[in-house]
Amino acid sequence: MPSPAPAVALRGLGRRYGERPVLHDVTLRLERGSTMVVFGPNGAGKTTLLRVLAGLLRPHEGDVEVLGAQLPDEGWRVRGRVGLLTHDPLLYRELSPRENLRFHARLHGREAARIEATLDAVGLAARADDPVAELSRGLVQRAAVARAILHEPELLLLDEPLANLDPAATARLQPVIGRESGRTRVVTSHDPAGGLADADVALGLRGGRVALLARAEELSAARVAELYA
Amino acid sequence: MRRAIAALLRKDLLVELRTKEAVPAMALFAISTFVVFHFGLDRDTVEGDVAAGVLWVTMLFAAVLGINRLFVAEAEQGGFDGFLLAPVERTALLVAKALALLVFLAIVQLVAVPAFAILLLGPDVFQALPALLVVLVLADVGIAVIGTLVSALGIRTRARDLIVPILLLPLLIPVVLAAAQATAPLFAQAGAGPLPGRWLAILAIYDVVFGLIAYAVFDFLLED
Repeated sequence: MPSPAPAVALRGLGRRYGERPVLHDVTLRLERGSTMVVFGPNGAGKTTLLRVLAGLLRPHEGDVEVLGAQLPDEGWRVRGRVGLLTHDPLLYRELSPRENLRFHARLHGREAARIEATLDAVGLAARADDPVAELSRGLVQRAAVARAILHEPELLLLDEPLANLDPAATARLQPVIGRESGRTRVVTSHDPAGGLADADVALGLRGGRVALLARAEELSAARVAELYA
Repeated sequence: MRRAIAALLRKDLLVELRTKEAVPAMALFAISTFVVFHFGLDRDTVEGDVAAGVLWVTMLFAAVLGINRLFVAEAEQGGFDGFLLAPVERTALLVAKALALLVFLAIVQLVAVPAFAILLLGPDVFQALPALLVVLVLADVGIAVIGTLVSALGIRTRARDLIVPILLLPLLIPVVLAAAQATAPLFAQAGAGPLPGRWLAILAIYDVVFGLIAYAVFDFLLED
């Protein structure tokens, strides 16, 4: 019986902004159900990598396969199957978290009942009717997490998902976006020890190139920290 | 696709209801422009060609304000990304935005046309109203379709405030010309004449042609 396609398979991925290369010759494979944590200093290409995997940026070189679909040609096959959490919460500030989720639920063809379950899961039910513009950064981050998981994506792409969250919120979100969620995840992090503990595979980027790629248990936090030196 | 269009349209109307950014500005601009024409032309009333020209030039420039802001929330609040991640046809965004702009124009005209009748128009507007509604609908569809297309193009550039009017005004000249020609007999001093079918047909054909062009190219405007 053929094994299922990997969640992510990249071969020689390259991406530029104008003439400036941001990713260069990135080759890796991530199996379904696994977590890859991406380390690297600011400007290393982490966010660009997530946006390419989400189908929002076209690769300029190489092959990109996500959930069995070749990007960008088969981008339509990935839509609705990926959850993306970035520094931009992708929420309308004038609307409340509940209204934002209602909007996204309609786009994704999800039942309204899923909205309440998601708000409960991220601990936002009590403030779900306040405009996003009036929420603290931590609460906005929770609303963004709710938006990213609302449609129960197969692949979660999380750009520093715990930024702005207090310890209680961090603990609360573990079953939702942490290892306990059981989802395939690509997570960026600047925390070598915490990131390695969360990872099956660790990827280190520097200057858009792969500087480190190994099973997490084969690496030490000190080795990852060298990326930032 | 209907589900996505309804969701996008509902969201746009809700955001406008909360922010009141586009429609009040468009309506105020239209009324201010009528006042400027009142003094600029140094006439208490206008009729015929002049009345039609004043009405449609004002509507055109008022529309530019709304068109400039049509995709601002998508660009500044991540709406494009949120939409592109969803399993819906991209054309849904074109249709929803054009419908939203159509609603904005209709609301503005609910205020602007009576204001025009009070401030400037000589002949009785009530007599012309049924035929005027036909012209308004056909011209608004053209403005909405072309406006949505140009706004989607402009929002991806740094000089949005310059690009939108520079591209939009030449493309809308045929709409304004046909709408003004169709409206002029309605505002005749001797009483509203019949609607000129030729100009209505030109408006309708222009709407259809640009509707098809927008449908064909809109996907590419959303590409990275």
